[in-house]
Amino acid sequence: MDRAAIIGVGMTKIEANKSRETFADMAWEAVNKALDDAGMTIADIDNVVTTSSDFWDGRTISCMAVGDASGAADKNISCIEGDGTYGAFYGYMRALSGSYKTTLVTGHSKGSQGVSSLLTNAAFDPIYERGLGMDMISACAMQANAYMNKTGVTPEQAALVSVKNHGNALKNPVAQLPMKISVGDVMKSEMIADPLRKLDCSPISDGCCAVVIAHEAVAEKFKKRPIWVRGLAFRTDAFFFGDRDLARSNALAAAAQDAYKMAGITDPKKEIDLIELYDAFTYQELLWLEEMGFAEYGKATELLAQGQFDIDGALPVNASGGLMAGHPVIAAGLYRIAEIVLQLRGEAGAHQVKKAKTGLAHGVNGLCGQSHCVWILDQER
Amino acid sequence: MADKDQLIIESGEAAQPFKYAVGMPGSKFFAETRDNKRLMGEKCPKCGRVYVPPRGICGKCYVKMDEWVEVGPLGVIGTFTILRFAFIDPETGHQKPVPYGYGFIKLDGADTLYQHYINIEDESKIKIGARVEPVWAENRKGTTRDIEYFRVID
Ligand SMILES: [Zn+2]
Repeated sequence: MDRAAIIGVGMTKIEANKSRETFADMAWEAVNKALDDAGMTIADIDNVVTTSSDFWDGRTISCMAVGDASGAADKNISCIEGDGTYGAFYGYMRALSGSYKTTLVTGHSKGSQGVSSLLTNAAFDPIYERGLGMDMISACAMQANAYMNKTGVTPEQAALVSVKNHGNALKNPVAQLPMKISVGDVMKSEMIADPLRKLDCSPISDGCCAVVIAHEAVAEKFKKRPIWVRGLAFRTDAFFFGDRDLARSNALAAAAQDAYKMAGITDPKKEIDLIELYDAFTYQELLWLEEMGFAEYGKATELLAQGQFDIDGALPVNASGGLMAGHPVIAAGLYRIAEIVLQLRGEAGAHQVKKAKTGLAHGVNGLCGQSHCVWILDQER
Repeated sequence: MADKDQLIIESGEAAQPFKYAVGMPGSKFFAETRDNKRLMGEKCPKCGRVYVPPRGICGKCYVKMDEWVEVGPLGVIGTFTILRFAFIDPETGHQKPVPYGYGFIKLDGADTLYQHYINIEDESKIKIGARVEPVWAENRKGTTRDIEYFRVID
């Protein structure tokens, strides 16, 4: 099989409200950062994939509206609705198709411009569910209760995810919410929906991320060391929550196994050096780690308490601060990929981890983790 | 620095209208709740799973379902949350008074969980596994609100 690599990344700072910027302004900034990073000009890009959501953007065909600012004029542009990891998945397939050499993938959203609870409510079934007012937080609160009931993990134990990730964000210049907090602070924060308190939830955010994916024929012709895609997979669970086992994520376990198989990884705990994952809520970091095989079910909290997932721990998780420190919906998974790329190049700055040869980036599409996308990225082919 | 006012463009009474098809399984489901206070599920001819709400197709087996079975009306709480923060109610456009309970109910005889409100008068009783019954609305129109909420009966 042909190979492809990520050769450029660009991230805007994640902020609560980029009131001065349009979607196109954010795309312009992220795309130009990615091109500069790669040592390319827009003329070196042969096609563009934009990732956005019409509901979040408040317009139809939202992806086309950022085409010009993304350098897509006169080029082949394609659109993905969903998390940025899925846009990048499509960009990767384009690289492997043989028809494209350099694909620019962007993901953007501005949570500040809409009402998060109404937007996520609109994702539910209009006949059976939407009228009851369910939104992302209430749905995930039910998943958190299901997970805690089955594993015995307590809200206090999960709160340590918030402490770690907000603390890591102090070292990441693009993070929105760097904070030095304690488990007590999390437990004292406002109860939103049992058992989730305000500091268990990721914030509402604005941001745009761009990455350049290159076919192996050109991957080494630009400025930066290519970071190779070794494994890549996604899997999807049932749409209706009531059909799923909410205490588990079978789709993630399957996606991770597929990605490990493609990468030739037999022992992920030993072979993967760091992880950036989709921690929209504290309990999710624990559940996602367990389903990907980095801890036994219900036991990630023990490794967390030992400091194993800290920046200087055995397996750093969300050294960037993760979604706890900034959650631009749609772009968030692409930020995970970009963060892993910086780490594997040794360019992550203050939050650089020590050993970083092989990294895992994870994105989620759909509420409560209906679908999961797992990337295994590596310094080596 | 000058004060910043938002530019507001309003559309008067105009909305963005949209009509969703309920589908034939949904039509039967709601006719039964409205007329007979009965909860009905669809059974997969291949795997035997009973789905509530009904949706015509078993995604796992990828076959059509056309066998109906009555489920509930009693069940247990599969999982739940209690909302403490006022969100905008999409049915009214206003903030809904908090707190209130949401749950996924495992109706007797069903293999999936059905989403609804849970009465939280006594919060100490709201637990995964607690036995619940539906409280039917007086005036039923063939919607999810034919049931007002589920309440714990233990
Ligand atoms: Zn079936």
